[in-house]
Amino acid sequence: MTVTVTAAPASLPAHWTDFLALTKPRVMSLVVFTGLCGLLVAPTHIHPILGFTAILCIALGAGAAAALNMWYEADLDAKMKRTASRPLPAGRMDRQTALHFGVGLSFFSVLLMGLATNWFAAAILAVSILFYVVVYTIWLKRRTPQNIVIGGAAGAFPPLIGWAAATGDATLLPILLFVLIFLWTPPHFWALSLFVRSDYAAAGVPMLPVVSGPKVTRQQIALYTVPMAVAAVAPWPLGLTGAIYGIAAAALSLVFLVLSLQVLANRATEPEGMKPEKRLFAYSILYLFAVFGALVLDQWILK
Amino acid sequence: MTQDDPQHLAEVRRRQRGRAIIMALLLGAFVALIYGITIVRMTGK
Repeated sequence: MTVTVTAAPASLPAHWTDFLALTKPRVMSLVVFTGLCGLLVAPTHIHPILGFTAILCIALGAGAAAALNMWYEADLDAKMKRTASRPLPAGRMDRQTALHFGVGLSFFSVLLMGLATNWFAAAILAVSILFYVVVYTIWLKRRTPQNIVIGGAAGAFPPLIGWAAATGDATLLPILLFVLIFLWTPPHFWALSLFVRSDYAAAGVPMLPVVSGPKVTRQQIALYTVPMAVAAVAPWPLGLTGAIYGIAAAALSLVFLVLSLQVLANRATEPEGMKPEKRLFAYSILYLFAVFGALVLDQWILK
Repeated sequence: MTQDDPQHLAEVRRRQRGRAIIMALLLGAFVALIYGITIVRMTGK
């Protein structure tokens, strides 16, 4: 596949804030939080310095993957209003600099994770970066409306990495947390892609609302919410968590379900009429923070 | 603003200085972190 760049090459050296923007700091906050929760709920003690390093490596790995994503998608970003001001499409940085930064940061984060904690956690971190860049960005995103269903796995790794950094293994609880984020990703992204559909259509990205329309997308959002809610509550009946987490996860998932049904009932085709979709998108972020926060609270009280 | 313009050169220098300062701070933090990791791993605490 050839990638064309629409922006003119940068005539000035990139500002350091452009390197920071390349790592998508806002997206990183959710990654860091879920990774931290995975580390905190692990049944073993990890020295604070090693724990801090593990979270730092998760953040750097996520930043590296984001930089490589922006390197590959510079042409797409230039076509979308939401992303046109990023460093590459805006012409504030050349693509080679972004590539070097992303590759360098990837190796650095994986090596530091391996040296500071264990190589199992480092291997999962490497897989998550490769999955996001190769499977999602390069392979799936421009080819199929199922791009974020499969690609969503990349964002589901952090709690597993946090847990593995503390324990050196992966048991049922971190795997369920992986499944939860994996199933949360489609409703989250499809809610967003419904009200920025014209942007994706202009860029030629085959997101579900572009290919199949809003009605099918709304049905899929509601469909994915059910197994997501089951995965969220599952640790409680399986005896992996206490009632605090179970009740919080059930209540939060119920609200998610109600909001997704409101989305299903909506018939609007223009962004102005998509208040339920915007509400669901905003709530989905809060949901993940709250579910993982409840998990940490529950585990700490149990301990 | 052309490549030889003093304003352009001043902006290039300003950005290079900013990047050099950030890089120095990050390297300093990295060295401190490696010290910390080494001590923790050597003492096994």
